[in-house]
Amino acid sequence: MAVQLDARPPVTPATGNHSQSSGRLSRFDTRFSPYLYIAPFFLIFGVFGAYPLAYTFWVSLHDWDLLGSDHPFVGAENYTRLLADVDFWHALVNTLGIFVISTVPQLLAALWLANLLNRGLRARTGWRMAVLVPNVTSTAAVAIVFGVLFGREFGMINWLLDLIGMDAIEWKSNRIASWVAISAMVDWRWTGYNALILLAAMQAIPRDLYEAAAIDGASRARQFWSVTVPLLKPTIIFCTIIATIGGLQLFTEPRMFNSGTNPIRGGPLRESQTLTMYMFENAFSPHYNFGYGSAVAWLLFALIAIVAAVNVLILRRLGGGARPSARKGPTR
Amino acid sequence: MAVFPRRRLAAVALAATTALLVTAGCGSGDEQGGDGPVTLTVDVFGQFGYEQLYQEYMAAHPDVKIVERGTGTNLDEYSPKLTQWLAAGRGAGDVVAIEEGLLVEYKANPGNFVNLLDHGAADLKGNFLEWKWNAGLTADGKQLIGLGTDVGGIAMCYRKDLFEKAGLPTERDEVSKLWPTWQDYIATGEKFVAAKTGASFLDAATNTFNTILLQNAGNTSGYSYYDTSEKLVVDSNPAVRQAWDTTMDIIDSGLSGKYGSWSEEWVSAFKQSKFATIACPAWMTGVIEQNAGPAATGKWDIARVPGNGGNWGGSHLAVPKQSKHQAEAIELAKFLTSAKGQIGAFKAKGPLPSSPQALDDPAITGATNAYFSGAPVGSIFGSGAKSLKPVYMGPKNQAVRTEVENAVRTVELGQRNPAQGWTDAVNNAKKAAAK
Repeated sequence: MAVQLDARPPVTPATGNHSQSSGRLSRFDTRFSPYLYIAPFFLIFGVFGAYPLAYTFWVSLHDWDLLGSDHPFVGAENYTRLLADVDFWHALVNTLGIFVISTVPQLLAALWLANLLNRGLRARTGWRMAVLVPNVTSTAAVAIVFGVLFGREFGMINWLLDLIGMDAIEWKSNRIASWVAISAMVDWRWTGYNALILLAAMQAIPRDLYEAAAIDGASRARQFWSVTVPLLKPTIIFCTIIATIGGLQLFTEPRMFNSGTNPIRGGPLRESQTLTMYMFENAFSPHYNFGYGSAVAWLLFALIAIVAAVNVLILRRLGGGARPSARKGPTR
Repeated sequence: MAVFPRRRLAAVALAATTALLVTAGCGSGDEQGGDGPVTLTVDVFGQFGYEQLYQEYMAAHPDVKIVERGTGTNLDEYSPKLTQWLAAGRGAGDVVAIEEGLLVEYKANPGNFVNLLDHGAADLKGNFLEWKWNAGLTADGKQLIGLGTDVGGIAMCYRKDLFEKAGLPTERDEVSKLWPTWQDYIATGEKFVAAKTGASFLDAATNTFNTILLQNAGNTSGYSYYDTSEKLVVDSNPAVRQAWDTTMDIIDSGLSGKYGSWSEEWVSAFKQSKFATIACPAWMTGVIEQNAGPAATGKWDIARVPGNGGNWGGSHLAVPKQSKHQAEAIELAKFLTSAKGQIGAFKAKGPLPSSPQALDDPAITGATNAYFSGAPVGSIFGSGAKSLKPVYMGPKNQAVRTEVENAVRTVELGQRNPAQGWTDAVNNAKKAAAK
């Protein structure tokens, strides 16, 4: 991965023509000012990250009615109840299902798009900017429009299906269909973004590798699979991690996709209820059980940590394989 | 020279951090000073019809400015927001509307609201139907949380043009005669469906289910999912089971358009004239007008509801303790819930007054609604209002109702058969009540 995390303090050796006090100040400066520079992040993280995290954990150990004034301590009861809660596992499967259905085609499409954009197209910058346009639209607006497109009776998708003689699909009350519809929303929004990241990585691949491959008689497709893709591995993994974090926290799209009474349930049989929606349903309307909702939040946190760890393991293995070949590039 | 810029940078970084924290921490200070004009925020959902009344009130009180939030929002969006504001201790309006289904939950924690009895509200008791007044009181009767706005007397709204197409009578008295009971309503629906007008007979089974349930409950035990000792009786209360069975008959006869109530599809179905009848609490008339739009003016009319009476919905206005202008807010709430205020709201958007004086006022008894073909809404909804029998709502009524209605929906959509649906309804309701 091409992330630069070089935390080198900008040290300039103190020269001799300073007075005693300025020398002490300078030493003080050298020692402590780096901490001051990074302090904003840690302060803000502490206020908006660490503190809520700890407080949520504290809440999750209580029977905490959002409006009530009494919050009796119940220990791990919320967690034990949650682990036996079928709706929780149902929401987990939904979340992972939507994640897989959205991420796999998204990254493949992004790779293909990036490859197209990497060629000598006319009005290249225009095309490159165009793929990012979906990303600047508001998620809620996108979700509402897609919610209408995927309507059962008045939706355009079902109308098109009807034109080609297919039966209408119950997009909102069929579990897999709702996953596909939500994945379509996610992909519409994020494919272009990933394509640009992959494109940037592609352009960092030295031209002479391709020239050498061409001289060896490799076709365009062969060049793509044997030169481009291996060198893109770290970037692909980066995109996967970003998609994982977004995918496991998916909320706005499925929430807005379901309209009507109590949309937070994600359909009559909770067809498209994700974990964040389940958390919201418990912590807020209609249950207002903050303790239980906080327990969901913590298990979600644990899940993301596990998936992130798996990602890092894969990154180590694949990244390790990719680096030596990258070093062969004469420009690096 | 090498040191200085860095130190300055450190100072800038420190200053920036401090500034950030300060703005983050104290972003929402009190914008108002002591004596200047007071801005009162009113939080509502759906259609309360207060616009005109605000203008009047502001004209009479030049020092008060009223801002309303939430008209047109769904109750499901509104209630979590309100609860969060109350829990957080800030953010709620100075006057907030509370729907009857949620009132019980809020009453369980009365500390969030101003006790209106401490502010002279006791004198107003005679201005409200007795049960409406009592609904605003806490269990011990010592605190009044909210003053009643409207009650939800139920009728049946129908599309005259679609009835004509199906060869059914269109005149409201004749239509009322078509369905003395729900079974007659179903029989009429079957005739309507047989005529193949391209529209369904009713919008969604869930709304109809709730109507039948509240009607049954009002006419029998006086409670629905919870009995008056707050025990969950979803599986033992005959009113629930009976409403379920009637609804299953409706679904079985293919009368429902399956437009999930309050969804975007439901709104589209209004616009495209896709169903002919909808169970119609008084406040629903405003919703229909909003959803069906001006193009449907004069196409709707209002008949009697099958069965006998019933009450669905209705709200109270409360003043949260967190309000910084409690005195002014209480005055405004009193004005909006006065007989005059209730008449004004009724004229604007149709919510039926809970004040006996307003119900007797010629402005109500003689009221007609041009949108609904000049139907005498005042007498249709108002005549039964004083004999309305309230239905007791238990602590987790909203959560339980959601589960049961979703079970109705799964049967309607063909995901479950009626027997499985009932099992789901009972089990999920119990689970929701235990949360």
